[in-house]
Amino acid sequence: MSQIIKFLKECSCVIRWHQRYIGKTKHAVFHSHKTGRKRVVVSTEENVIASLDLRTGDIFWRHVLGENDPVNQVDISLGKYVITLSSEGSVLRAWNLPDGQLIWESVLQFSAPSRSLLHVPTKFGLERESVVFVFGGGWLHAISSIDGEKIWKKELYTEGLDIQQVFQQDDSDSLYAVGFLDSLQFVAYHISVKNGEVLEESKKSFASGFYGSMLLVSRDILVALDASRSSIVSIKFSRGSVSFHQTYISDIVPEVAGIVEIVPSKLSGLFTLKTDASLVLFRFNSIGELVVENTFSHPTILSDSISITEGHQVFAVMQHAETKVHIAVRFVNDLTSEALKETIELHPQRGNVQKVFINNYVKTDRSYGFRALLVMEDHSLLLVQQGKIVWSREDGLASVVDSTTSELPVEKDGVSVAKVEHSLFEWLKGHLLKLKETLMLATPDDIAAIQEMRLKSSEKTKMTRDHNGFRKLIIVLTKAGKVFALHTGDGRVVWSLLLRSLRISEGCECPSVLKLSQWQVPHHRAMVESPSVLVLAKCGPDFLQSGVFSIIDSYTGKLRSSQKLPHSLLQVIPLPFTDSTEQRLHLVIDSNFEAHLYPRTPDSIDIFLREISNIYWYAVDYIEGIMKGYSFNGKCKADMEDQYCFNSKELWSIIFPAHSEKLAIIATRKMNEVVHTQAKVIADQDVMYKYISKSLIFVATISPKAAGEIGSVTPEEAWLIAYLIDAVTGRILHRVIHQGAQGPVNAVVSENWVVYHYFNLRAHRYEMSVIEIYDQSRADNKDVLKLVLGKHNLTSPISLYSRPEVVVKSQSYFFTHSVKVMTVTTTAKGITSKQLLIGTIADQVLALDKRYLDPRRTASPTQSEKEEGIIPLTDTLPIIPQSYVTHSLQVEGIRGIVTIPAKLESTTLVFAYGVDLFFTRIAPSRTYDSLTEDFNYALLLITIVALVAAILVTWVLSEKKELRDRWK
Amino acid sequence: MKHTKPVFYFLFVALIFSCSSLGFQSDELVIDDEEFGIEGGRATDPVHAIPTSTPASRRRVDLDSSSDSKSVQFTLEHAFGDSTYSPAGTFTARLKTWSHGGKTLTKLRFSRNGLTDAEKDAFKRLLEEDNFYTIRVPSNVLNPPGKGYILSSVPARCIPRESLDEHFVIHTDGVDILALNYGSAGSCQYPRPLKFPKKWSFNSYTVMKNSEQARRTPTFTEELLAAETGEEEALKAPERSFWSKYWMYLIPLGLIVMNAITQAMNLPEEQQPAGQSASQAPQPIAQRATNSAARRR
Repeated sequence: MSQIIKFLKECSCVIRWHQRYIGKTKHAVFHSHKTGRKRVVVSTEENVIASLDLRTGDIFWRHVLGENDPVNQVDISLGKYVITLSSEGSVLRAWNLPDGQLIWESVLQFSAPSRSLLHVPTKFGLERESVVFVFGGGWLHAISSIDGEKIWKKELYTEGLDIQQVFQQDDSDSLYAVGFLDSLQFVAYHISVKNGEVLEESKKSFASGFYGSMLLVSRDILVALDASRSSIVSIKFSRGSVSFHQTYISDIVPEVAGIVEIVPSKLSGLFTLKTDASLVLFRFNSIGELVVENTFSHPTILSDSISITEGHQVFAVMQHAETKVHIAVRFVNDLTSEALKETIELHPQRGNVQKVFINNYVKTDRSYGFRALLVMEDHSLLLVQQGKIVWSREDGLASVVDSTTSELPVEKDGVSVAKVEHSLFEWLKGHLLKLKETLMLATPDDIAAIQEMRLKSSEKTKMTRDHNGFRKLIIVLTKAGKVFALHTGDGRVVWSLLLRSLRISEGCECPSVLKLSQWQVPHHRAMVESPSVLVLAKCGPDFLQSGVFSIIDSYTGKLRSSQKLPHSLLQVIPLPFTDSTEQRLHLVIDSNFEAHLYPRTPDSIDIFLREISNIYWYAVDYIEGIMKGYSFNGKCKADMEDQYCFNSKELWSIIFPAHSEKLAIIATRKMNEVVHTQAKVIADQDVMYKYISKSLIFVATISPKAAGEIGSVTPEEAWLIAYLIDAVTGRILHRVIHQGAQGPVNAVVSENWVVYHYFNLRAHRYEMSVIEIYDQSRADNKDVLKLVLGKHNLTSPISLYSRPEVVVKSQSYFFTHSVKVMTVTTTAKGITSKQLLIGTIADQVLALDKRYLDPRRTASPTQSEKEEGIIPLTDTLPIIPQSYVTHSLQVEGIRGIVTIPAKLESTTLVFAYGVDLFFTRIAPSRTYDSLTEDFNYALLLITIVALVAAILVTWVLSEKKELRDRWK
Repeated sequence: MKHTKPVFYFLFVALIFSCSSLGFQSDELVIDDEEFGIEGGRATDPVHAIPTSTPASRRRVDLDSSSDSKSVQFTLEHAFGDSTYSPAGTFTARLKTWSHGGKTLTKLRFSRNGLTDAEKDAFKRLLEEDNFYTIRVPSNVLNPPGKGYILSSVPARCIPRESLDEHFVIHTDGVDILALNYGSAGSCQYPRPLKFPKKWSFNSYTVMKNSEQARRTPTFTEELLAAETGEEEALKAPERSFWSKYWMYLIPLGLIVMNAITQAMNLPEEQQPAGQSASQAPQPIAQRATNSAARRR
């Protein structure tokens, strides 16, 4: 019993937070049926489907589909099922709307990749109500939405056919599937809803060809662009007949120039064309001619139309004006009248609106009201109603790509007396309440107050540095190019910054190669200067795209400087040197393998030139399977004038034979890892020296045949080859083959060991192997006298060009789980024993003692080995339920675990990110160097006081007694 | 083509009897130049050269009475700093074809060409500049250069000792060369002092490394079964020493004993008048203790 209580107590003091996100919204479906709670169902780019509360934005339920299962379409059927189509239209699922339970799942036939389309009939007839139509993988399916049973299927696949729309005309008994054949022919299939029979197939060629996709404007008119994108082609079709009508854009909108595009939207009768300068809204007039209805300047976003009453359809227009957004809801039939006009103020760090979804509701005065769900450029989600932002969700945090940490400002002296008095009063009050609680006198209100106080405990969330180094800022960079600073105390966003240079309005469509690095960490002038971080990014996946280089203040989130680099960006190397202002030196490698030094100051170049002969770097070509090592060799050839540019010289290369090896993973040690001791004393009083090198890299290759899923090959065809390579000289220190092993491979390197995880096809289990590498060249340094007298070579510099004399010890163990990510704890001095942190398939973080992965474990360790802490050998690594760092929580879609050393040696801060964020503090060997947070200082004080009193009393008594004795 | 046969035969003999003999080296250089040519003219020749050598090796095979094996050669090239690559020596290995179609290289031999005067000067310059001496080999020995050349470099100052000592480790996978680890035969000091060798000739050590198989994961199914049957025994706490078991009783006991001894020592003094000197502080306390105990009794 006492143990249980202790465990609970330990848990209650562990600081941790967990934030749930969904990611950037792709589709949103409002559910306005007469269920009590109003909710919206969204699907996101992180493959999440979720049901959100429209009042608060909270998640009712959420499902994170696998990484390879992106959601293509989402809709609501029968008013109670959420239908999702995912995996390129091959998996259809129905979820229960109120609680998100999976009702049924149908795996559909798939013959070739195609568009995935979902058509849920809106008007419920007698029989049709329970059927949904799905097009995906070249097949058209009719599926019962009650149980997911396939009613019929029809293959609509021929080479070059691209089916683009599946729809019904006036809820008739037939269905249309229309598309292009080789972008030259228009094809329409008229299909019976009953049995999937093709009633009619009509084809018509269009001489100049089509561009992109077509759009259904009204029940029998489709529009598309011709191949040259200079004219709009309207396709009118009715049973059996197809007619094209070509209208030159320049004829109707003379001012339009540049590239045009049809915006995929559903505006029932209207359609929009996106040009370089504006959005042009078109309509077909009564005689079938195209007319321009309106022109909106950028940035403007239109929503799909919704019908509010019979024959009245509305859509929303969002227009930006600096930080304000004008929302207008207009009628489709009459664009001049507006159903709603509102203006809201938006935080400038959210960027522009990217998508809008509207929903109508009946107000208290029986008129129609509208709410709009806005998806912003930074991937956040806002709900706007009555001109106000009802709630907002920072869903950009679901796609963290890189992270770093920053210390908080040092606490400044000189606090005002009033503040002290206030805090003293608060402090007294708090302690009184605590005392009440201990004496069991507290009322429920008091207990609530205590709870709140504990939650808001200012100690945890203060914006200053603490003695133990627990309070820090975690700075994260998201896919959208937004930088957030999170407080480790409670996970709140301290500041956020959407980098201007990575915004779409600045011509950056999709930022890539986002890197975050510490730029300046002032120690000498910590009181006056604040640290800063460097964000490096590239717009677009192209190799030759130039990079963007931005420096952000870590305390305030202000952009200090931003510049477009004159060269491309392939790799960033932070160097272990800082200049006189403590700015870290960075090398940016461009696509010509030329290195550019930053910051561009004379000081940094001096430091760099002094160290240039000892700086090496390597590059990896994953596709070709080639690793190459480089050093620097003079100035750039292209630009001899630029003294910050250096040419690289190839020093070594390793080529993996393409037919037998495919690069799977490369793992390196952390730059900032501290190793406390280089020697390891083993059981028989012997010493082994760890081979500790910053340039040690672990490389794993797998057989190319076994690159697929587990079980796709036989054990004979699958192997994994593990390498330990020195990145300076290109030496292979160790190479070992695991026959019958298959990826995915995960690995972590620390100190002198590497642990990697893979699947063993022979044993049908996952396996983890450990390799420890020891240096033999220093093995003769065992004479204690020599060590004491300093006659050893342990402090002399070591050149990696010496012939390595290494010994390798390794061992493999079975492991039950598959692993998503793996990392190791880091502490300030490296004394505390290490734990592996494993992101499991269930999205939890498991801590596993490194001691279990000791290659020296034997089946029956000797007494001395036992004393050293060697655990008897087992074939499987134990999974202790209590060692889940996340306890009951899940970090959905976990992608990374970051460990940050606290100042307190025993403690590591752990930050895990995926769709969710999770932060906790762990002590791999218990907090041996500090008292727990809820340590009862009062009790200690009382005990001391009582003891002092007792001493005094007994002293007085003894004095008296002595006196009495003497008088005897 | 006719003369290739005896040439290869000769090469084999050379291989078998002595690999690093300098007398043969010069001959092999000639072969090298004939068969492989210098860089640039190599790409086409070796393809032809190797098949023609097959009959010769076959004959050799018969004599050896081992399974399919033939000799292959590949060139080591070197560059001084930024200079272009030139041939520096030849590796010769035996290609063994396994029944399942795999091919492996065995019995690697290396013969180094002597340094020409120009190369000597280039090497001296490297030593003075503390620059890199780079070598390369093709990544595929049957079809050079395969996917490209395998490079390896070492600061030139690491090499000279008495002569130029070098150490090669060639990692192979079948007929592919993965990596070439090249460096000094021993340690390399840092900072590197400028030192010229006494003898301007290379003293080469070569090692070829093939794949090493990982140990199988230990499985203990039998032991686990055994453990299940004898579970009670396993649950038993390990035997502890007497001291570790009973220290909590032994310490107070020791204290009591010590207390008793001091009391016994003080006992005779009890008769004396109390409180003699301040220096005997413990005694009055002990007295009081005994007194009080006595009174309580």
